[in-house]
Amino acid sequence: MSESKNAKAYWKENLTYLLVLLVIWFVSSFGAGILFKDALNEFKLGGFKLGFWFAQQGSIYVFVILVFVYVRIMNKLDKKYGYDE
Amino acid sequence: MSVQVWTWILVGITFALYFGIAIWARAGSTKDFYVAGGGVSPLANGMATAADWMSAASFISMAGLISFMGYDGSVFLMGWTGGYVLLALLLAPYLRKFGKFTVPDFIGDRYYSNTARTVAVFCALIVSFTYVAGQMRGVGIVFSQFLQVDITFGVIIGMTVVLVFAFLGGMKGITYTQVAQYCVLIFAFMVPAFFISMQMTGNLIPQLGMGGKVEGGVYLLDKLDALHTELGFSEYTSGTKSTWDVFAITMALMAGTAGLPHVIVRFFTVPKVKDARKSAGLALLFIAILYTTAPAVSVFARTNLIETVNDAEYSGIPEWFKNWENTGLIAWADKNNDGKIQYVKGDAVVGKPIYTEERGVNGERIVANPTADANELYVDRDIMVLANPEIANLPNWVIALVAAGGLAAALSTAAGLLLVISTSVSHDLIKKQLKPDISEKGELMAARIAILVAIIIAGLFGIYPPGFVAAVVALAFGLGAASFFPAILLGIFDKRMNKEGAIAGMVVGISLMLFYMIRYKTGLIGVMDPLPAEDWWFGTSPEGFGTIAMGVNLIVSLVISRLTPAPPINVQEIVENIRIPSGAGEASGH
Repeated sequence: MSESKNAKAYWKENLTYLLVLLVIWFVSSFGAGILFKDALNEFKLGGFKLGFWFAQQGSIYVFVILVFVYVRIMNKLDKKYGYDE
Repeated sequence: MSVQVWTWILVGITFALYFGIAIWARAGSTKDFYVAGGGVSPLANGMATAADWMSAASFISMAGLISFMGYDGSVFLMGWTGGYVLLALLLAPYLRKFGKFTVPDFIGDRYYSNTARTVAVFCALIVSFTYVAGQMRGVGIVFSQFLQVDITFGVIIGMTVVLVFAFLGGMKGITYTQVAQYCVLIFAFMVPAFFISMQMTGNLIPQLGMGGKVEGGVYLLDKLDALHTELGFSEYTSGTKSTWDVFAITMALMAGTAGLPHVIVRFFTVPKVKDARKSAGLALLFIAILYTTAPAVSVFARTNLIETVNDAEYSGIPEWFKNWENTGLIAWADKNNDGKIQYVKGDAVVGKPIYTEERGVNGERIVANPTADANELYVDRDIMVLANPEIANLPNWVIALVAAGGLAAALSTAAGLLLVISTSVSHDLIKKQLKPDISEKGELMAARIAILVAIIIAGLFGIYPPGFVAAVVALAFGLGAASFFPAILLGIFDKRMNKEGAIAGMVVGISLMLFYMIRYKTGLIGVMDPLPAEDWWFGTSPEGFGTIAMGVNLIVSLVISRLTPAPPINVQEIVENIRIPSGAGEASGH
């Protein structure tokens, strides 16, 4: 594969990952914590109403996990396309 | 030992530590000064970023704000952490690969235009100055509350400390002191939280205690909701803002976080793109520890406050209440003359309390401006974190620890911001525009002079706070979201984006934001007062308007760029190059 083709394929795969991760980012915060908060508040997680929990706790845990997942898959992607260093 | 003695000891030890580090990490070159030599490990950088990010506002004010806002306070929690996801995924790795010192550098080179660079410098200065003024104020408050010194004197001590480690060490000094400051501030925030969580819910972990049961087997949050309903407040877990407004504010805070120059610049200090990603993750982890604890602290503090003061006789009220009353951050007006404090929905005083010199029959300070509302109690939101350990009767050393933590938070953020200001002046303005042939030594000198000037201005803001600072600090994020974020994002992800599009977008975005801010939030002194909430566009508060201004910026940029010529080939090559992680080399100024 030529260098520029390699770079294009790398970029395309990167964009796909980004899209998936950002969808999760959006759903866990804007979705569960804001838009669907009232519906989720019908359910309880211990002493928390679920929508409230997502807004003040859950979304933040998801964010941290997301970024570490990103670090992992990007390191793998770098290796696959020979951009690792 | 008294709280005051403990505070002097703890503040003294931590300050000595910061000085020691500053002397150890002196900067010899511009590279040391701007990006700490580019060799900071991801772990150290993660901690430094977290300290840089968590300001006096996060440490002192945020839990208090949430405590009064309930669910609505979620905008800060999600906004200020979710922004890191955008930063880590969309900006940090690419900006690191680009490998320059500053954000205006990126904007100037990517959009091959000194106009764009100047617009970016201008935005960076506005955002940083409004922000740093708030930090200095925080330093002043901590000093005056805990050490009983004058606010002015407190601000001067704070300025001197920042000056020493920023002036000597530049980014290198700042980075390593921030690592120490992170440790101090997180310890200081967590210890009282553990204590109070244990005390109230029997669960040591505040994140779990918040959802736990209190004495009598009721869930804490249910109890708080019931208390709120009883006193006429809206339920703690429901809030009062509209769904759209919560959405808009959260989005503006996220994009604003990702566009803040003092945070972005941190990712230029690590050696490789891989490290930039990793340190963004670590920074978020370190921040999340505080940000998941804060809402728990808010719930504990709110419940404690209501239970301690509501319907309590003033004569039997604990000492902390009177101390804070004496400093003017708590006020009580006995409207029904029963000698008891009634704390219900409504404003107790018009705006902030104005005290007469007299004392009432119960010994309270008389306020000159009570309202007709039934509520008798005014509590300043900023005191919740500082007063919380006292309210909960914790040992003196824990209370003193909070003071040291608040100082660490304020100083670390102030230092980071001052560095951005000085870099903008010495590097982006002098080196890149006014005097390109300046020697490295000359540039370093200019940077140090700029820091000195910036500290003095920031200190003056702290001593004589203009009334609008608090309002503007909240809006700094809207400004960041409306200007930088789209320009940087498109610069990486849209190869076709050219200077015409980016400049038009930034100018339109920041102008629209400033316009809305003046019209609906700050007013224009002598010309007009801010308009009321009924006139907001689509029910969007000024804090949330950054989301709309950002959208407009994006659309303007995209449309204009497609109507004007594509960027030159060499710029398109730059874009292709930053998309590939390898071969980042070291950050450089040339």
